[in-house]
Amino acid sequence: MTAARGSVRHQITVRRPPDEVWALVGDPTRLAEWFPGIVSVAVDGDERVITTGTGIPMPERILTVDPLLRRFQYRITAPVFREHLGTIDVLALDDGTSLVVYSTDADPSVMALLIGGGTAGALRRLRELMEGGA
Amino acid sequence: MARRKILLVTTDQQRFDTLGCNGGTLARTPVVDGLAGAGIRYERAHPQSVVCMPSRSTILTGQHPTTHGVWMNGVPLPEDAPSVAALLHDAGYRTALVGKAHFEPFLDPFGRFPENTMGSATTPAGGVHRGFEHLEFATHSGIGPLHYARWLAAEHPEAIGGFYPVLDPSLQVNAAGGGDTGAPQVTVNPIERGIYHTDWVADRTIDWLDGLSADDDWFCWMSFPDPHHPWDPPESEVGRIDWHDVPLPDGYPESAAERERILDAKPRHWRRWYDGTLVSNYEAPAEWVPATLTADQVREVTARNAVECELIDEALGRVLGRIAERGWGDDLDVVFTTDHGELGGDFGLLFKGPYHVDGLMRLPLIWRPAPSAATAPAVVGRPVGLVDLAPTFCAIAGLDPAGWMQGHPLPTDEADASDRGFDRVLTEWDSELFGVEVHVRTVTRDGWVCTAYLPGTCHDGTEGELYDLVDDPLQQHNRWDDPAVRSHRDDLLADLWDSQPPARAERIEVEAPV
Repeated sequence: MTAARGSVRHQITVRRPPDEVWALVGDPTRLAEWFPGIVSVAVDGDERVITTGTGIPMPERILTVDPLLRRFQYRITAPVFREHLGTIDVLALDDGTSLVVYSTDADPSVMALLIGGGTAGALRRLRELMEGGA
Repeated sequence: MARRKILLVTTDQQRFDTLGCNGGTLARTPVVDGLAGAGIRYERAHPQSVVCMPSRSTILTGQHPTTHGVWMNGVPLPEDAPSVAALLHDAGYRTALVGKAHFEPFLDPFGRFPENTMGSATTPAGGVHRGFEHLEFATHSGIGPLHYARWLAAEHPEAIGGFYPVLDPSLQVNAAGGGDTGAPQVTVNPIERGIYHTDWVADRTIDWLDGLSADDDWFCWMSFPDPHHPWDPPESEVGRIDWHDVPLPDGYPESAAERERILDAKPRHWRRWYDGTLVSNYEAPAEWVPATLTADQVREVTARNAVECELIDEALGRVLGRIAERGWGDDLDVVFTTDHGELGGDFGLLFKGPYHVDGLMRLPLIWRPAPSAATAPAVVGRPVGLVDLAPTFCAIAGLDPAGWMQGHPLPTDEADASDRGFDRVLTEWDSELFGVEVHVRTVTRDGWVCTAYLPGTCHDGTEGELYDLVDDPLQQHNRWDDPAVRSHRDDLLADLWDSQPPARAERIEVEAPV
């Protein structure tokens, strides 16, 4: 049988310094700028509500905003998820550019594919934004 | 002089043996049978993938999945992918797609894919999408963002709840049983027949055709979502076929021991799925164990499937009638086929997956050339593929097939097939789902099916299947390891690898389960 929990991981290199990338990725209010399909974001403390392109509001809890590790973690708390953990890491590469890793763990497992599909597009958009501004 | 009009009729997940013209005895399909009698019936038409998105992408692009890049369900076909509809549109054809498209994932919470965001209009932004100037979408259920669901919600909201919920609360394909036997994906749907998606697709096709001028050239892809599961045809029609009277399919061994003996001679993922110890793909209910399937459940599913095939046939008859009224009949080419098959009880299995046998690979394919072309009726036994449809449409329209197309215009008879080298047809499977990967390549030629498994989590790359379609039409005797046919197997394998299409340069990622 399938495991209840699914994991999806996407990564992309961005030819910009990691601190620049983190300035965008680590700001929870700016998600709609680089995540296609998210049309609005409202942040209140560690609570964030995003609204998708299909009009679905999705409540989230922000868990980690660590500028030293350059790690952002959040949990989608919508009832359709029994569990969710999203993790974005901005890692420094030797040549001064960045590797951005976006992991999605979810139960039900299918939700990891659904959210993970969006994160793949988000990473592509992030690279376009960051490198387009170079 | 007017050019020939083209009506491409596809169904979803329809078996070869569900048509009367192919020897089916359950569903009454006089309309398609009539097309077959007046046209060309293909006895060995195969898809290039046995799941929807890759196969439909092959129909549109005329390319194998390895080349167009939609290597499994959930992988979106790039918007700038080649399209025969675009070719025809550029040549002056009016173009429409009515019904199920599925070039992009259905499950799309972010609304990133155009198919899921054009439900409020029938003309795409920019005027054309994938070559189609008119798009009206439907799928298997009454909910969601597509045109049919939106229409149902606006006009007949009471009908929505009658459909079987395709997905369960965990968004897995639903395993819940219903009907009289508790068969998976079966329910009693009280919807009025006239508003069920089969008739809606026909109605919307007729409406589009009615908007055309008499001298327009047109290409219409009418794409019925049935008889793909769920098996929930309108309740009023279920009584057409009493499942108690339905004979068991030839491919269903009633004895569990016999089923297991057959499965044990195949690569191990077959038996593991049957036993419920492996889920390799999303397309079958993850929580359903095939070993629990009963003979009566097979009968009931077969009966409901046949009812859905009859409704499609009748809907097609209405559309053809309207076309005749418009005076287009003599110049109309009709191609009837499906995207892939259905296991339908074969080996004790339902649904689909990485199983390259006739249940999934042998498709109904009928081409009724325009009567004005005076093509003699024929039956073609040599192998052809859905990859051949796009160049066929070009040929009908008087266009040269595009260089990116990998197939050839369908043969018009057996001699034509022989002369033009219709020797083999290829089918492929790739899937990666939560740590389980399966990769399969198949060639069908000379009356044999040869399937090789590439290394994955279930296979080490040495496994395969080899069936003699003449002596073993049900593919119950795997001769992969039979020394008596070893050299023939090796010849087929060499041909399989020599014939592989070029791979797309950059892999497209999976963006959803389906």
